[in-house]
Amino acid sequence: MKTSIAFWNILRKDMLNYYLKPPNISWGIIFPFAWMLMMLVKSGNTFEINSVFPGIVAMSILFGTTSMLSVTITFERKSRSFERLLIAPLKTELLVLAKITGAILFGIFNSIIPILLSVLFFNAIVINWLVLIAGIFLLSIISTLLGLFISVSAKEVFEAQTYSNFFRFPMIFLCGLFIPVTALPAIVQPLSYILPVTYGVDVLHNAISGNGLLPIGINLIVLFAFCIILFYISIFNIRRKWIV
Amino acid sequence: MTDKIIEVQGLKKSYNGFVAVDEIDFEIKRAEIFGFLGPNGAGKTTTINMLIGMAKVTSGIIVYKGTDLTKNIKKAQELIGVVPDESNLYDEMSGFDNLCFCGALYGLTKKERENKAHQLLELFQLKEAANKKFKAYSKGMKRKLTIAAALIHNPEILFLDEPTTGIDVASVRQIRNLIKELNENGTTIFLTTHYIEEAERLCHRVAFIHKGKIIENNSVDNLIADSHTTNGVEIRFEPVNEKQNPLMQNLKNHFHGFDCMQVNDSTIKITSEDIIDIAPVVSFLSNEGLFIYEARLLKPSLEDAFVKATGIEMDILKKEKEKNKI
Repeated sequence: MKTSIAFWNILRKDMLNYYLKPPNISWGIIFPFAWMLMMLVKSGNTFEINSVFPGIVAMSILFGTTSMLSVTITFERKSRSFERLLIAPLKTELLVLAKITGAILFGIFNSIIPILLSVLFFNAIVINWLVLIAGIFLLSIISTLLGLFISVSAKEVFEAQTYSNFFRFPMIFLCGLFIPVTALPAIVQPLSYILPVTYGVDVLHNAISGNGLLPIGINLIVLFAFCIILFYISIFNIRRKWIV
Repeated sequence: MTDKIIEVQGLKKSYNGFVAVDEIDFEIKRAEIFGFLGPNGAGKTTTINMLIGMAKVTSGIIVYKGTDLTKNIKKAQELIGVVPDESNLYDEMSGFDNLCFCGALYGLTKKERENKAHQLLELFQLKEAANKKFKAYSKGMKRKLTIAAALIHNPEILFLDEPTTGIDVASVRQIRNLIKELNENGTTIFLTTHYIEEAERLCHRVAFIHKGKIIENNSVDNLIADSHTTNGVEIRFEPVNEKQNPLMQNLKNHFHGFDCMQVNDSTIKITSEDIIDIAPVVSFLSNEGLFIYEARLLKPSLEDAFVKATGIEMDILKKEKEKNKI
């Protein structure tokens, strides 16, 4: 009971203080909209929604979650309000879970606009909605955990942004968002397979066009394993770096 | 005030070979105000951080009411409230919401935390500002709300790190009165401050920490009594333009055993191993042409005890702290 009160209130505080602020909501709308418009303008009449749909959904989630979580955690550390959470009688696991839940929900929210735009205005076809939902959920978790991993290493907000970009931009090219992994030079393909986002994007490809690289089950298992590993590495880093 | 609420034994903290806290021992009794004084870098903050679970212990034990903190930090954290040296509540939240949020971290139900938040806002005279955002509070109000936030779960022990630094005089007075009041109601208080007169006024016992070691740990009265080696008199007079060197010499010659020093153009300080009778001194100085408006016996203070124990002048300590606050 006590832990659920704390969990819910940390989540509520983060939602009200950060994620539901108008600039962040507008980010969740404008970002995917701008990307779709860019694709449309660039492709002209040859625009194939199903080829860009998974990439835009994945990018909206990836940029939304990593930006927000790494900034909010670094900001709270800098203002020392994060200490308040660390000295409360809460397990670090619970505290981290509460902090990342807001970002996961924000990631899921960021995926709604590109899905609506794709399905309602561009007649995109989703062959398996259940898998799409599972993919969005897991991609939001894994992106959030990457954001957490980054924020634990950064001391300043600008550092967190720089580190985030260091991870995010290569992922656009390496994780099959717009360029299929099989179309990449053979020498960089192994890199794609060590990045968790590749498996999340592959679930989206499976759900939307059925053209995934790997079976859905394998993707889900690998994503789940990455989630556990990143979660515990972050917990370990918090205990090692913040409680010195 | 007999049973121990915190017991620290052989507490040590080292970073990369540097020993920040060197095997210190002390205990805090229930419902006392325990002061922890020392210059910058002495190991105060490191000690507090170990006591509240924000720093790992290299060796030694910290026992809170029978629970070894190094083994069960979360259980111990339920008993404590912490007021850090900088107010660290959430800028975008109102005072009331900040208090309620802090209550929620300790598992208080909505009704419990709202009731307690109203009580604390009343107690700290912040009721009018309850719905204002924290960032709109003055420094003094922020400090008071930070203390209130540490009390939301009724902790048995309150850690106050420099609670009155950098705030207005009225808030300082109010916070000092609140500390007394909380203590009278049974809260044990661990206080660090660089205002030594604050420690003297508020604390029952004080420990001086210097270079990671506790060099004195006693009741305030005992520390002051132990530091009392000389008697002193301070005499203030209308300012004179030049140093009264011959006068100082005359004074020494007239009153054997006196050590005389002109502090500035309007103050003389006299110290002696023997008790000083003020009246003849004042009479002598008047005859020498000084217009005296104040003469007082210098009572030994906690500051004297601190200076004696550490060899550090309080002025240096204050300047150090003020520099760090800028």
